[in-house]
Amino acid sequence: MTANSITTPRALSQEERRAMLSVRQLMWLRFRRNRLAIAGCAILAVMYLTMLLAGFVAPYSVTTTHERYVSAAPTQLHLVDADGRLQWPPFVYGITSKTDPHTFRKIYTPNPQEVYPIRFFGRGETYHLLGPLQTDIHLYIVDDPGKIFLMGTDRNGRDLFSRIIWGSRISLTVGLVGVLLSLTIGAFLGTVSGYFGGAIDMVVQRAIEVISNIPQIPLWLALAAAVPSNWDPVKVYFGIAVVLSLVTWGGLARQVRGIVLGLRDSDFVIAARYTNCSTFRILSRHLLPNTFSHVLVIATLAIPGMILGETALSFLGLGIRPPLTSWGVLLNEAQQVRVLLQQPWSLIPALFVLATVVSFNFVGDGLRDAADPFSGE
Amino acid sequence: MPDNLSQPILEVKDLKKHYPVIKGFSRRLVGFTKAVDGISFAVPAGQTLGLVGESGCGKSTAGHCIMRGIEPTSGQVIFYDRTRGPVDVVQASPDMLRHLRLNMQMVFQDPSSSLNPRMTLLDIVSEPLIVNNVARGKELQDRVADLLRVVGLLPEHMHRFPHAFSGGQRQRIAVARSLALRPQFIIADEPVSALDVSIQAQTLNLLQDLQEQFDLSYLFISHDLSVVEHVSDIVAVMYVGKLVEMAETETLYHNPLHPYTEALLSSVPNPDPDAVKNRIVLVGEVPSSSKPPSGCYFHPRCRYAKPECSQEAPALREVAPGHVVACHFAETLALRGVTAVRI
Amino acid sequence: MSDKNLLLEVQDLKTHFHTSRGVVRAVDGVSFSVRRSRTLGVVGESGCGKSITSLSVLRLLQRPGKIIGGQILYHWQKRNGNEEIIDITALDPDGDEMRSIRGGQIAMIFQEPMTSLDPVYTVGNQIVEGINYHLKVPPAEARKMAVEMLRRVKMPEPERIFDSYPHQLSGGMRQRAMIAMALALRPSLLIADEPTTALDVTTEAQILALLRDLQREFGMAIMYITHNLGVVAEMVEEAIVMYLGKVVERAPVRNLFYDPKHPYMMALLQSIPKLGRKSRARLQAISGMVPSPFAVPPGCPFHPRCPKFMPGVCEVSEPPVTDFGGEHAVSCFLYQ
Repeated sequence: MTANSITTPRALSQEERRAMLSVRQLMWLRFRRNRLAIAGCAILAVMYLTMLLAGFVAPYSVTTTHERYVSAAPTQLHLVDADGRLQWPPFVYGITSKTDPHTFRKIYTPNPQEVYPIRFFGRGETYHLLGPLQTDIHLYIVDDPGKIFLMGTDRNGRDLFSRIIWGSRISLTVGLVGVLLSLTIGAFLGTVSGYFGGAIDMVVQRAIEVISNIPQIPLWLALAAAVPSNWDPVKVYFGIAVVLSLVTWGGLARQVRGIVLGLRDSDFVIAARYTNCSTFRILSRHLLPNTFSHVLVIATLAIPGMILGETALSFLGLGIRPPLTSWGVLLNEAQQVRVLLQQPWSLIPALFVLATVVSFNFVGDGLRDAADPFSGE
Repeated sequence: MPDNLSQPILEVKDLKKHYPVIKGFSRRLVGFTKAVDGISFAVPAGQTLGLVGESGCGKSTAGHCIMRGIEPTSGQVIFYDRTRGPVDVVQASPDMLRHLRLNMQMVFQDPSSSLNPRMTLLDIVSEPLIVNNVARGKELQDRVADLLRVVGLLPEHMHRFPHAFSGGQRQRIAVARSLALRPQFIIADEPVSALDVSIQAQTLNLLQDLQEQFDLSYLFISHDLSVVEHVSDIVAVMYVGKLVEMAETETLYHNPLHPYTEALLSSVPNPDPDAVKNRIVLVGEVPSSSKPPSGCYFHPRCRYAKPECSQEAPALREVAPGHVVACHFAETLALRGVTAVRI
Repeated sequence: MSDKNLLLEVQDLKTHFHTSRGVVRAVDGVSFSVRRSRTLGVVGESGCGKSITSLSVLRLLQRPGKIIGGQILYHWQKRNGNEEIIDITALDPDGDEMRSIRGGQIAMIFQEPMTSLDPVYTVGNQIVEGINYHLKVPPAEARKMAVEMLRRVKMPEPERIFDSYPHQLSGGMRQRAMIAMALALRPSLLIADEPTTALDVTTEAQILALLRDLQREFGMAIMYITHNLGVVAEMVEEAIVMYLGKVVERAPVRNLFYDPKHPYMMALLQSIPKLGRKSRARLQAISGMVPSPFAVPPGCPFHPRCPKFMPGVCEVSEPPVTDFGGEHAVSCFLYQ
């Protein structure tokens, strides 16, 4: 197969490089171009990083109470001092509290006489950074007796922002654990169901149908209530993750089954059979790798559901138990209308949930678009 | 001169594939879709038998039945294995089938779907060797390199993925894979139909070269009559699951004895503007194999049909040496074949 | 070559796609004309730009495709007898004028009838939809026109077909339905983009015969896009051959087949197996393959595969057009 000379070397190497790329790498290239997805990735990266360094980012621990500052509004940051000069770092004023004689509610007024500059990388409470490693350096803190409540305090006087940061450890991970569990069961059963068909398929599909037809929220509530109240909080955490995954594995299994059904009769699968490939090899080398991109998308889009599920359960008091905290537990305190009106900052955890869910959705959509038409061009 | 009596590599005897049609709530069996309805032919060793027909005639199903990817309903497929002698593929045990698959391979129509997009060329072509414990390590790579060279691809490209190649090149990869186990017999299921015109010639040349080089026998399935004429020694025509005519290529094309063959041949657009446009245009549509007409399946569209054609299905019989037809009036009809092309 | 007979003039059309991997010059300076009631074949393989050309004519391009140069002049014979020449490239693709051209003056039928017909509407409904857009007729009248059209395309039981859905029809019947839809408004030009490629050869024969009859009856011009040389030989009076976005040869059909000038056309004719000429000899294949549209060779796009390649000439600049008279022209350095 001869061809006459001259093809521009520049074009060749680009095509050559592209030729060596696997499907996964090509998908990543396409994903990179989707701005919303990258934005979502960035937001999630910040959130997960913060979660890992929770003790560092949060000025106070999850249980630290400041009894004198119950239900306090968010502390104001100031950049301009009393003389009108710009100050860096920003500072906060001290807070004096008085009790209103009529309503018995606390009234907080800032006291310009007490000035506390924010100390970045300052020293505060000790905490475990990683495993046994302890330190007392925080991203931002003010000296005692100054307080900095970026998002106010709750009715026990605990800094909401710190609790949000610490709570992210639960909220951001229970979804992942749940999806992993769901996927494991769902992908396996879905593949088996789709590939073998027949009786296996029937049994699995009917099981999924029965489970999906049970109303989801009552089922969650029932399963959550079944988690024994005397379990320690960590076990409860996993219990909740299992509860969440039990309800969603059916949907995942059905989607995986659909993909496998489509692939099962592909020419390359038939070709593999005609060259004596074992069923195991066909499933593991031919079918499963071709479901990865779809499964990744499905999983990414299932995580928000799990996060919302945990939030809902905890909001209703059936999920995570203290002293562990999640955003749902924090929102629990915002249940009453009175609280909403008087301490509207209690709703801020909802914004975090929103940001997380939306980011996961952007990333999931981006993955789906990147996995989509894969043509040889 | 191709000789029907020379040792066959494959003999298909009365092969049938019927799919049950189940309707209704009570899951009643209402009938059968006779995708393949009793076909018989023999592929002589070292030669090519072309299986020709339009969509729905059952030629692809027949190919998969021969490979036993689809389980035939009945019939025999005798394969003359180089070590085990004549074996009926349909009755073969799983072990025997595994052995037979070393000697019978298939090339598929669409090169984009017959290659796993997530495997490199090396993975794809070496898989048959790995799975059947034929080679490993360095020897494996060498053999793959040889195979790629044989089909006209550069061994340096073995770490690339299928998406980097054109349709014609992908088909070459598929051919390399089919050759990996050094088979005696290859079923080519519409191997050039999905390729561009200028690439078809390259691929056909490759298949012919390989046939000479490795003494291969082909079952060439296609709907393209010009391509089939070019590559085949014997041609068999299928219509709605049945074989209607079979003969040596030249005989079939110049002296068809079945009206359907005549119509097929006359339908092919001729790249010759001056050729007389005396085309036989058939009336009606190809019947579905779930509700075929009575008697001879072709009778509703046949210009020469007589009353007995709707009553009695004609048997496939030998009308001249090496020429079989399924038509009541094969001896009396004067049918038109192709005329030689000027260009 | 009277001007009165010109129906469509495409002059130096350029349609480019700006993708993230580079610019694809799908149509790169294509010129041809279609005359009233005559047939023109557009021959080429995948990637040559023939389909994009027809989509450009009908302004049906999807992003990132864009017409970046050239003119498409349509000679519109108005009802009052006057002829108005409109440059289609200057029209708004979604505007009223373009919409009345599309379907009313220029119609198109496609390769895959299953995907070109809407599966949730009946065939009759779809034909009537087109009629209703262009003409203001009462529903009963539109239905009558549609059924009559189905009869004209030799559909058995036209009334029943009118109420059928596409999936209830066979491939050949769907193609007839699409032809009925296209011709219901008596367009002056029918663009047929590989209309029989997906059909069996006996069905193809039926559809080709039908198109020939309909052309005799309605007198429309047909632009036939195909890669099948047999269809070209049978159906068209003149043809252009495209390769990688350029027209390499233009000729009346007899000249094209009996006296091809461009090496690509000559090689193409040599490489196809022809019915009736059995030989075990190898086919004369064209070496190499169609280059990637992102890496179009410089100079003459065919030069890397050309058996008549002249080093120092063919890869340097684009070949000039040589006119052989009798409407036969070639773009090749051989004839300089």
